[in-house]
Amino acid sequence: MRIQSHPILTFPWEKKITFSFDGKKITGFTEDSIASAIHAAGITTFSHSLRYNRPRGFFCGIGKCSSCLMQVNGIPNVRTCITPIQEGMTIQSQNQTGSPPTAPFRTTTKKKLQTHIVIIGAGPAGMSAGLAAAKQGAHVLLVDENPRLGGQLIKQTHRFFGSKEEQAGIRGIHIAEEFYHQITHTKKIDLLLHTTVIGYYKQKKGHTLIALKRLKSGEELTEIHCDKIIFACGARENMLSFPGNDLPGVYGAGGVQTLMNVYGVKPGSTVLMVGAGNVGLIVSYQLVQAGIHVCRVVEALPTIGGYHVHAAKLRRCNIPIHTSTSIKEALGTEKVTGAVTTRLNEDLSPIKNSEENISCDTICLAVGLTPSTELLMQTGAEMTYLSLAGGYIAVHNREMETTREGIYVAGDLANIEEASTAMLEGKIAGLSTARSLGYGETADEKLEECFKRLEGLRQGSFGKFPREAKRQIQKEWSK
Amino acid sequence: MEYEKTGVLDSRDLDLPSPGALKRGVAISECIQDIPCNPCVDACPFQAIKMKNLTDIPRIDYDTCTGCGKCVEVCPGLALFVVKVMDSRAQVTLPYEFLPVPRRGDVVHVLDRRGEVRGEGKVFRVKKINGGALITVEVKKDLGLEVRNIGII
Repeated sequence: MRIQSHPILTFPWEKKITFSFDGKKITGFTEDSIASAIHAAGITTFSHSLRYNRPRGFFCGIGKCSSCLMQVNGIPNVRTCITPIQEGMTIQSQNQTGSPPTAPFRTTTKKKLQTHIVIIGAGPAGMSAGLAAAKQGAHVLLVDENPRLGGQLIKQTHRFFGSKEEQAGIRGIHIAEEFYHQITHTKKIDLLLHTTVIGYYKQKKGHTLIALKRLKSGEELTEIHCDKIIFACGARENMLSFPGNDLPGVYGAGGVQTLMNVYGVKPGSTVLMVGAGNVGLIVSYQLVQAGIHVCRVVEALPTIGGYHVHAAKLRRCNIPIHTSTSIKEALGTEKVTGAVTTRLNEDLSPIKNSEENISCDTICLAVGLTPSTELLMQTGAEMTYLSLAGGYIAVHNREMETTREGIYVAGDLANIEEASTAMLEGKIAGLSTARSLGYGETADEKLEECFKRLEGLRQGSFGKFPREAKRQIQKEWSK
Repeated sequence: MEYEKTGVLDSRDLDLPSPGALKRGVAISECIQDIPCNPCVDACPFQAIKMKNLTDIPRIDYDTCTGCGKCVEVCPGLALFVVKVMDSRAQVTLPYEFLPVPRRGDVVHVLDRRGEVRGEGKVFRVKKINGGALITVEVKKDLGLEVRNIGII
């Protein structure tokens, strides 16, 4: 179940680690998460559901769903997809209700931190924001729940579009390495990784955040006081409703990408891809690169939504793309053994007797993303529902500030878009926050340049939706 | 447009070079949508690719293009190719991001835009680039504008 050779990536896999899962001895590698090590051992059923005892498996791979929760060393509800594996861990699947903790899950230590700007989320938007603000002289604390910096860049093996300024032509994984280098060499940026922000409190002056840092010995509570906050929490994968969509083997496209490109684990051997937007097309191509068979891509709409160049790369590898087609049902009882697809009319209603049975062990859903705004909502910033933007979005101005003073947004959380636009929005948020704190001598000039470049990226027919979404958000702001 | 449904371009969708230019060997762009991207413009040592705005469709000036392949190396969409048509054969230079990477002299399957095998070709040149390779494959003359991928036999 491991990828043996890869044209772009190399997996170190040097030191082996042994742990137990439901009493069974399993071997993984130091680089593994708990979930990736278990999946690599061929175990795809992670738990059983509360009422109907249905098998459940991996889904999002980035800590944003509840599919991989397990009991780890006596602590229930651990998100195993973002928790690194350690030697000798005792892991139990959490069947039905799970069990109360049998070990203390919080350390007694409590830390207090003070900084100018806290950035929540260290993906492309958050990292750009941090660098931009720190370069202007402000102190930045970058918080992320993953053990690594980089957000979703660390699994993007394809080259990025855009212009030189957006690092066009460079692979996402290499952009992440460059960010890592710059951030770790910037004295004004402090990092708090493997840390989840769980609460927000407005203060008379400034803001307070409560965060939990996961340590080997438990969780440490941290209280952070700051002047400004930039929310760059990204997005979560959408689910599609069809019978069998909860079976192990039905994975989010980002989850599949994480398994194969971060951990070198094959999600399965034959994949049905649902969705021909850029994510569906890119992940399909990356599956082929990893030596995994993609039997076809289905797309409900009458035309391919992603860039033609991505579709062309797949087609010349003999991967069919079926437009006006969708998944009707996932087959299998313990795990996916196949799927039923159906042809659709232009109005997306199914065409009778057009069903087709497909044999596959993985169904990959690339059906859009929803902004991760749950924590942001705690601040009381005014939200607006925009289906164009993927869900609830905080009303914000051009400088990325929300209706709550000192609360800024950037990236997918502020409208589902590309990494290139996320990096620019992050930079804008970073410059704006620094400027509002009295730093940012050169911020005005740099901001103007960012606005111009953002406008450039949102030109053309593919920029139509983001342009319209941002126009509507700004309209709300003017009210 | 048919390609929006199938993901497969037809030669008629493209702005193709003249037989004279093809004889010298020139780059052919299969980037036909207004996506925000321009590394090919910066990569061209001869300024043969022009673009005013980031979302313009790249147009290749076939009189200036030398077929050097620098644009093929950088294109994030893997949508540029160099085609040189000779007396009885044609050479197609294409980006290849799979393993194993063939070696010069290897005989490989040649595939068209649908991924259908259109015969065999001989690898004429291999240039390793960051995370992939540029492969120049020799094919039958009439396949120069059709072959866009290779398959290891």
